[in-house]
Amino acid sequence: MSATAIASVSQEVTSDLADKLLYYMLMMRELEDRIELKLYRQGKIVGGCYTGRGQEAIPTGSAVLSRPDDYLCPSHRDMAAFLIRGMTPREVLAQYLGRATGPTGGRDGNMHMGCARRHLLPIISSIGASVPVANGIALAMKYRGEPNVVFNYWGDGATSRGDWHEGLNFASVQKLPIVYLCNNNLYAYSTPLDKQMVVKNVADRASAYGMPAEIVDGNDVFAIYDATRRAVAHARNGLGPYLIECKTFRVSGHSAHDAADYVPQHVREEWSKKDPILRLQKDMVERGWATEQDFRQIRQSVLDEIDDAVNWALEQPFPDAATLEEGVYEVI
Amino acid sequence: MAETTYVEAIREGLLEEMRRDESVFVMGEDIGVYGGAFKVTKGFIEEFGERRVIDTPLSESAIVGAGTGAAINGLRPVIEMQFSDFMACGFDQITNFAAKCRYRWGAAVPMVIRAPAGGGIHGGPFHSQNPEMPYVHTPGLKVVQPATAYDAKGLIKSAVRDNDPVIYLEHKHLYRKIKEELPQHEYVVPLGRAAVRREGSDLSIITYGWMVHVALEAAAQLASEAIDAEVVDLRTLVPMDRETVLASVRKTNKAILLHEDTLTGGLAGELAGIISEHAFEHLDGPLVRIAAPDTPVPFSPPLEEAFLPNTERVVEKARWLHRY
Repeated sequence: MSATAIASVSQEVTSDLADKLLYYMLMMRELEDRIELKLYRQGKIVGGCYTGRGQEAIPTGSAVLSRPDDYLCPSHRDMAAFLIRGMTPREVLAQYLGRATGPTGGRDGNMHMGCARRHLLPIISSIGASVPVANGIALAMKYRGEPNVVFNYWGDGATSRGDWHEGLNFASVQKLPIVYLCNNNLYAYSTPLDKQMVVKNVADRASAYGMPAEIVDGNDVFAIYDATRRAVAHARNGLGPYLIECKTFRVSGHSAHDAADYVPQHVREEWSKKDPILRLQKDMVERGWATEQDFRQIRQSVLDEIDDAVNWALEQPFPDAATLEEGVYEVI
Repeated sequence: MAETTYVEAIREGLLEEMRRDESVFVMGEDIGVYGGAFKVTKGFIEEFGERRVIDTPLSESAIVGAGTGAAINGLRPVIEMQFSDFMACGFDQITNFAAKCRYRWGAAVPMVIRAPAGGGIHGGPFHSQNPEMPYVHTPGLKVVQPATAYDAKGLIKSAVRDNDPVIYLEHKHLYRKIKEELPQHEYVVPLGRAAVRREGSDLSIITYGWMVHVALEAAAQLASEAIDAEVVDLRTLVPMDRETVLASVRKTNKAILLHEDTLTGGLAGELAGIISEHAFEHLDGPLVRIAAPDTPVPFSPPLEEAFLPNTERVVEKARWLHRY
């Protein structure tokens, strides 16, 4: 099966769904802005910052469709997926600040966080390597006959990796219940797409593995929601893996230290008009679901939540150096 | 009673674990209908079906990664790498992810990676290596290499039951070369315990895998010259049974550190460090390393024979050390 054209926007979305999507997209944006534009610049963040600014629609529109028993394997541009699975801004900030009460207890930093009980796989830095692991999680679901699905996220850069290709092939052969979500944001660090691959779309690669794929506007949260619903139904019904390519743009640099001067000005200007949050808000106003006044209130409550989380996280203890050697093995 | 070969012992151990625990399954290349390149899983697909005996595409990284994911999600995969040399194709998955899971986020990865290792079968540079050291050096992994059929069975059972990733290296040269009568009752061999294969008072030969047999042959020859060698079989490289190693050296005061793996960066260097730090004052001679030279494993018989440590070299070095 080859990639289909840009999917049309669903007519079935409701005002409640829109409220929920907006909350998580705004929380992701504001939380990452606080981390990168304030705490990092104040020297409080330990190590690097990787944000998904401008890509909020992708983790949000997809992860809201996950059930508690599903498993999510996000990339470092998918903060909303963590939030939707119940990771709190407090925990996220404790992680970024290297504190003992963060999800890795200071053993790992920034977006490299996960949580077994919430079915969140921590990021594997060589991002393509998450594909085989996500497959294994799906394989265990199939093994036990569970009706669950894995959501695995990565960017365009990951698709150049050997284990990405090995993994897609393996999932197809094994007919695993997995949905792959590509955030094709045009750059892998500084490497533009035309230096990454000669095919036009990541989705085109799926045909080599006999895998259905579709391309969606990655800045249109409803389109992502719709596509994910189709993909999840496919995977949950035992029909095997499904790939969604979300066309988007990485508004920031690769990480906080990267000004991304290598991105041509006209590309930046073109995409600045496509902000996914403004787009959702415009849509909500047009449908008569909300007003600018409502948005100001929602944003304020998100900011209040973040203030509380920052204050809490800054008070948290650092890990005790005496615990350095703990937890490498269960027993040794 | 019938004797069981080393390869059959691994097979029996795996069979018992799969019958005991529904969450144990095997996955790898050519392991189903074909029964595996060395027939370790022969007959498994008939008993357990395709759900628990998974033939995979030729994709080591995808196999190891899927094993890790399945282990994170509650199963106990036993992965077969067709040759230990090809573990390198899944190295990123093993060392960068599986090994770090418990430390990073407290996740157990109860996975076993079985891999036929070692030379002596004229397999050449791609089918004869001893790749233990990169895994020994990676915190979070356990590394096992049985030298006897009894241990092959007992250690695979312990490896399957362990809640951390275990690299289980099986020596190809021993597969059908050695056999012994195994207990009829169920048993396991715990990880992390060495075995003294021969007691002696003059010097210790500390080794593992095929070289245990080379050391025992050398010890028998040395006995005829009134040199009494002790042979310690490590069985598990990580976690290492330091106490048994140190107790032996403290008793004999001299040690030969023997392995089939190449010399530089081999386990002998690590053993020398441990002994120097903890038993220096018990030593009456230099620590002697015997290992393969720092070359790829060659193919042609005269070259491979020159490459592999053998009884004569051990005897010769032992005589020298005894005189020291």
